Amino acid sequence: MGERSERMTMIRLRTIALASAALLGFAAFAPAGFAANEQPSPPPANEAKQGASQPTPPTEAGEEQPSPTRQSWSFSGLFGTYDQAQLQRGFKVYHDVCANCHSLSIPFRTLSDPTGPGFSDAQVKALAATYQVTDTEPNDKGEYAKRPGRPSDLIPGPYPNPEAAAAALGKAPPDMSTLVKARKYERGFPWFIFDALPFDQYQEVGADYVYAVLNGYTKADDLNWNLYYPGHKIAMPKPLSDGQVDYTDGTPTTVAQYARDVVSFLYWASEPTLVERKKIGMRVMVFLIVLSALLYFTKKRVWEKAH
Amino acid sequence: MSGTSTYVPKSALGKWFESRLPIIGLVHSSFVAYPTPRNLNYLWTFGAILSFMLAAQIVTGVILAMHYVPQANLAFDSVEHIMRDVNYGWLLRYLHSNGASMFFFAVYAHIFRGIYYGSYKAPREVLWILGVIIYLLMMATAFMGYVLPWGQMSFWGATVITNLFSAIPLVGKSIATWLWGGYAVGDPTLNRFFSLHYLLPFMIAGVVVLHVWALHVVGQNNPDGVEVKNVARDTVAFTPYATLKDVFGLAVFLIVYAWFVFYIPNYLGDADNYIKANPLQTPARIVPEWYLLPFYAILRAIPNKLLGVIALFSAIALLAFLPWLDTSPVRSAKYRPVFRVFFWAFVAVCLGLGWLGSQEITDAYVLAARILAICYFAFFLVVLPLLGLLETTRPLPPSIADAVLARTKGGSANVAVGPAEKSAV
Repeated sequence: MGERSERMTMIRLRTIALASAALLGFAAFAPAGFAANEQPSPPPANEAKQGASQPTPPTEAGEEQPSPTRQSWSFSGLFGTYDQAQLQRGFKVYHDVCANCHSLSIPFRTLSDPTGPGFSDAQVKALAATYQVTDTEPNDKGEYAKRPGRPSDLIPGPYPNPEAAAAALGKAPPDMSTLVKARKYERGFPWFIFDALPFDQYQEVGADYVYAVLNGYTKADDLNWNLYYPGHKIAMPKPLSDGQVDYTDGTPTTVAQYARDVVSFLYWASEPTLVERKKIGMRVMVFLIVLSALLYFTKKRVWEKAH
Repeated sequence: MSGTSTYVPKSALGKWFESRLPIIGLVHSSFVAYPTPRNLNYLWTFGAILSFMLAAQIVTGVILAMHYVPQANLAFDSVEHIMRDVNYGWLLRYLHSNGASMFFFAVYAHIFRGIYYGSYKAPREVLWILGVIIYLLMMATAFMGYVLPWGQMSFWGATVITNLFSAIPLVGKSIATWLWGGYAVGDPTLNRFFSLHYLLPFMIAGVVVLHVWALHVVGQNNPDGVEVKNVARDTVAFTPYATLKDVFGLAVFLIVYAWFVFYIPNYLGDADNYIKANPLQTPARIVPEWYLLPFYAILRAIPNKLLGVIALFSAIALLAFLPWLDTSPVRSAKYRPVFRVFFWAFVAVCLGLGWLGSQEITDAYVLAARILAICYFAFFLVVLPLLGLLETTRPLPPSIADAVLARTKGGSANVAVGPAEKSAV
């Protein structure tokens, strides 16, 4: 008993000491509430950027922009795959329109990927040859020779570097090889939780955002006004208009269709291994679920002896 | 690693080897004969899961390092090269990047389990502190790993975190310059982060060995929080019992891991990190990875930079003092009804801070973050010390076997002892 009461006294003393430490902790917090609002991280850049990008207030409530609507894509879901004809149309839109300003740093050869656009090797070879590529190594005369492109080359951009693009266009257009993966819109609580779950697994926020922006040029008198772009003032003027690109397969030549096709193509460009990934994933999931079930029953049988 | 070694080499070669290096006996006593409490639940499988994740991260990381280029102009493109050109490079990279998240998911389950069942209490203080050290090393490793793809969030995250050190009075600026290897985050920073990102996991592995050693000296805690009194009645052998349970737990964990890797590989990452780092353009919002968000919220809740940094580090450091902050002699929350309420409130506070850490700063945000930060510290500094004195705990079972028997009452509870023997214990 003596040992116990000694222990209790110890604990009590310790508690008093700790409680005073706690009070000190609160004292350190208290002045925090009244001090100047100076943040350690640099988020003001956000305000600066947003503020600068909206000189003309739009008719809608302030700088808020609506959330893009969720589209249905062939590549979403557990068994999503790319639609080859759509990727080929999307490539045409990219090639005829986007490529005038944007680079797309992916190798030509990937365009013949059977789960991607699936162009023939001959088509890719012919396409590559229409570009002039500067060798990265000097030739035997010490010159960096220009030569026709090969399937193994990266697709050359319209400008030699981002600085040249900025000098010509005012602002360097982003490279498109990871563009769709690099865009998002806020889903907010609790939607972001559902987005991760099976049978919903909404992973196409970037695609929906780019699709919305391409369809968001709703002011005929201002080609740099976009409904979905944060702050509404976008550097890229309306890139697509009806009938701009010829389709040979009878698909409607509308802005909405172009946007859908080119976004699918860009999604493939940023996730070229998606089909293989989902295919392997299904096998892995089935394997793991069966393995878990077998392990569960094995474990149960073994533990029966212990209980 | 101690334990009751019952290993007897059978072959002549085995005897010859064992008398020269008793390593097989060591493994046998640690992972085969080692007695584990018979009442452990599935939360105890996270130890094995964490060992697996460390190994998985090292294996995938070593292969990724064969293709990655730690150079500011090439790093981003080399990651894309891994994604597009390297055979199964996309798989390795998604395994590694999502593996970090799964590693933290498991470590949080492990830590919160430790808090719930009072696993840090005597005689397990050193075991617990070694765990806190592993957690710290994990955070440093994960942070540096996140810098390597050299995307926008890599670059600006590195800028924000390294700038924390500049808050230290007098020497802060010099320390920041020393960390950067220049006057801002740049190529030298990337190079040293790559080097350290490769080194730290092996240091983690070293501390893990100490952690397991300490565990095998003091024995595992268990959901009832009473010590093993009779090895025959209270424990089962590690193999096959714990081994099978761990392997089953791991298999279920791998289903979740595979879900992230194969179906939602970019869900936990930030879209901005697919934009190449640009020192001239600050992203709209700088957010760390999810597992660091609660601490980031605490940092941002405090308007003074130095005090913010102190709060951030003390929020982590407090964990190491848990064995002495919690004054209750009862370990398990099962027998501490009031503590149990505070525990779940604490979990909610951590989740709330995490959510706030990902949000834009507004007045309401700052207020909420301050209230939750105060709650976070109050849990350690006020609730735990006082609760030990004020709380009326429920009576503890006399032994682990009795606790198990009480639960499986009427069931097939053959603990290999008769009722007479039981009352004698």
